[in-house]
Amino acid sequence: MSEYRNIWVFIETFQGAAKNVGLELLSPGRAMADKTGQKLVGIVIGEHAEEAAKAASAHGADQVILVDGPAYAEYNTAVYADAMHQLVEKYKPDTILFGASSTGRDFAPRLSCRLKTGLTADCTGLDVNPETGNVQWTRPAFGGNLMAVIECPNTRPQMGTVRPGVFKKAPARDVAPDIVRETLRTPPVPQSKLLERIQEVAGEIVDLEGAEIIVSGGRGLGASENFSLIRELAGVLGGAVGASRAAVDAGWISHEHQVGQTGKTVAPKLYIACGISGAIQHLAGMSGSDTIVAVNRDPEAPIFSVAHFGIVGDLFEVVPALTAEVRRLKAEKD
Amino acid sequence: MNILVCIKQVPDTTEIKIDPVTNTLIRDGVPSIVNPFDACALEMAARIRDEQGGRVVTMSMGPAQAKAALKESLTVGADKAYLVSDRAFGGSDTLATSYILSRAVKAVEEREGPFDIIFCGKQAIDGDTAQVGPELAEQLGYPQITYASQASVHGTAIRAERETENGKEIWESSFPVVITAGKGACEPRYASVGSILAANRADFPVLTIQEIPAKPEHSGLKGSPTKVQKTFVPLRKGGGVIIREETGKASAVKLAGMLADIGLV
Repeated sequence: MSEYRNIWVFIETFQGAAKNVGLELLSPGRAMADKTGQKLVGIVIGEHAEEAAKAASAHGADQVILVDGPAYAEYNTAVYADAMHQLVEKYKPDTILFGASSTGRDFAPRLSCRLKTGLTADCTGLDVNPETGNVQWTRPAFGGNLMAVIECPNTRPQMGTVRPGVFKKAPARDVAPDIVRETLRTPPVPQSKLLERIQEVAGEIVDLEGAEIIVSGGRGLGASENFSLIRELAGVLGGAVGASRAAVDAGWISHEHQVGQTGKTVAPKLYIACGISGAIQHLAGMSGSDTIVAVNRDPEAPIFSVAHFGIVGDLFEVVPALTAEVRRLKAEKD
Repeated sequence: MNILVCIKQVPDTTEIKIDPVTNTLIRDGVPSIVNPFDACALEMAARIRDEQGGRVVTMSMGPAQAKAALKESLTVGADKAYLVSDRAFGGSDTLATSYILSRAVKAVEEREGPFDIIFCGKQAIDGDTAQVGPELAEQLGYPQITYASQASVHGTAIRAERETENGKEIWESSFPVVITAGKGACEPRYASVGSILAANRADFPVLTIQEIPAKPEHSGLKGSPTKVQKTFVPLRKGGGVIIREETGKASAVKLAGMLADIGLV
C-alpha cells in the first residue's frame, strides 16, 4: 500500500473549461497534501482542455495530468473510467477526490468498483487520521439526521465524492503550471452515449453554489406564482433563487433550484429562507451559510434553530416589505 | 423485455427522531418503506413491460422482514420477487453489496432467463450513496445510465432522460443495461384488489450465500473496504435574534436595517 502516493482531484470540465466543482476540491486536497507530505495532482480529461489544466494549477495543484483528445470531448462513463483506470494503474495515487455532481456520482463508483477499493459518497468534511494517515471522510446519513466518519484502511486509492459548495475555491495563484500530457490506449467503444443536452430553463442558469446571496422559498408559498415574491427579493439583493424540496416536489419550481440533501449544498454569505420549516434534509444543504435569515409563521419551525435572524410572521407581508425596504436602502446609498 | 428491479427496504427517514438525552437515532416505531426511488424504478419497469410485453422481477437483499417490501412490489407491478438473504451479507458496504447483487442477478437469471434491463433507484434514502447502481453495472460489465427520470425502448436500444444540475441529458444504450431511476415523473400505480390477493398468496424464493453463490471474503464486513469509524449527531446552532415588531412590515424594515448594518445589503 505504501507505493500509493499523492492526492488526486478530478477536475470536471465542460467544453474544455474547468468547473468549480473540481477546482474547489483543490482546497481540502491542498490541506491534506500538506499535512501528509504528498503532492496534490489535478486530473483533467477532455478535449482542448489545456485551459482547465492551467486553472487547476492556478488554484492549487502541484501538478496536472492532462488527457486530451476528441474521444474525451463529452463525459462518457466507459471512456472516462477506462482513462482514469489506466492513470491509476500507472501512477498509483493514495487518494482521489471527485465532486459529487451528476458526473462525479456516475463516474466515481464505476471506477472504485473496477479498482475494488472503497468510495465514500457525498462527503461534507475531510480530514486525515493522524495515526494511520487514512483519510477520514465525514458524510451525512439517514437524511442528515446522523453524520458518519468513514475510513478505507486496507485498500488504495481511497476515494470519495464531495458535495459541491462545501469547500471554497482558493484564489488563483500566478505560477508556471506543471502539466504532464498522457497518451492512453484507445478507449473502448461505449455501449451508452449522450445524444442530447437540454438546458431546463432557457436563458436562466441556476448557479446556486456560486451565489453570494440566496433567497429560498418553501411550502409556505402555497403556489407556484408566489415564487415571484422570492424572485423579486432575490432580484433587488442580486441573489439567486433557491427552494426547498417541498416546493420542488409540488412542481412550483424546477429541481435545479433545490437546496438540501437531495439538492444542492450551498454556503452563501446570506441565505434567506421564506416559508421553509427547515426539515433536517434542507438544513443539511444550507446550514454552512455565513448568515441565515428565516421568515416563517410557525415559531417552532426548526429553521429558527439555525437562523441568525428570524421573523415569526406571514411571509406574504414580510417578504414584499423586505424587498421594498432593501430597494429603498439601496436607492439611498446610490 | 425481461426486467429486473432491485429494491431496498429502508426506514422512513422523515420519521426518524433524535433522542435528546443520548443524542442517538430513535429507530423504534419508525415505519419501514420501499425506498421511494426504487418504487419509481419499479414503475418505470412496469410501464416498459406494459408497452413491450415481458416480465418484471424484483429482488431485494436484506433480512427476512424485507419480504414486506417484495410483497408490496407484487401489488404495484412486479410479476415475481426474490429475497437475497444471509447473515454473511450483514455489514456490507456498497462494494460488497454490488458484488452480492451481481451474483444474485446471475442466480435469478438461471430461473427467469437473462434480463435486458436492470433497474435500481438512484439512491436509497437511508444511506444516500447512489453507488450501488453504478457498481452493480461495473460488476456485471454492463453500461449504465444514472439518474433517469424517464426511459423508453426504441428497437434494440433504450433511451433515458437523465437529470443533471443544469437540466437534462438524453442518453441511449444497448441492452443489457443498468438504469438508476430518479423520482422523475412516475407515480407508482395503485394496487388492485386482485394484485393484493395474489401478493398474499405469493411465495418468495430466498437466495442464500451458497445458492447465488457468493464468496464469503467478498461479502459482508469482510468484503467491505470502507469502515464506519464513528457516527455523531450534527450540531445545530441556535440563539439567533428573533425580530418581533408590531407588524410583519415593521419587522421586515428592522431586519433590512440589521442586514445593512453588517454589510449584507
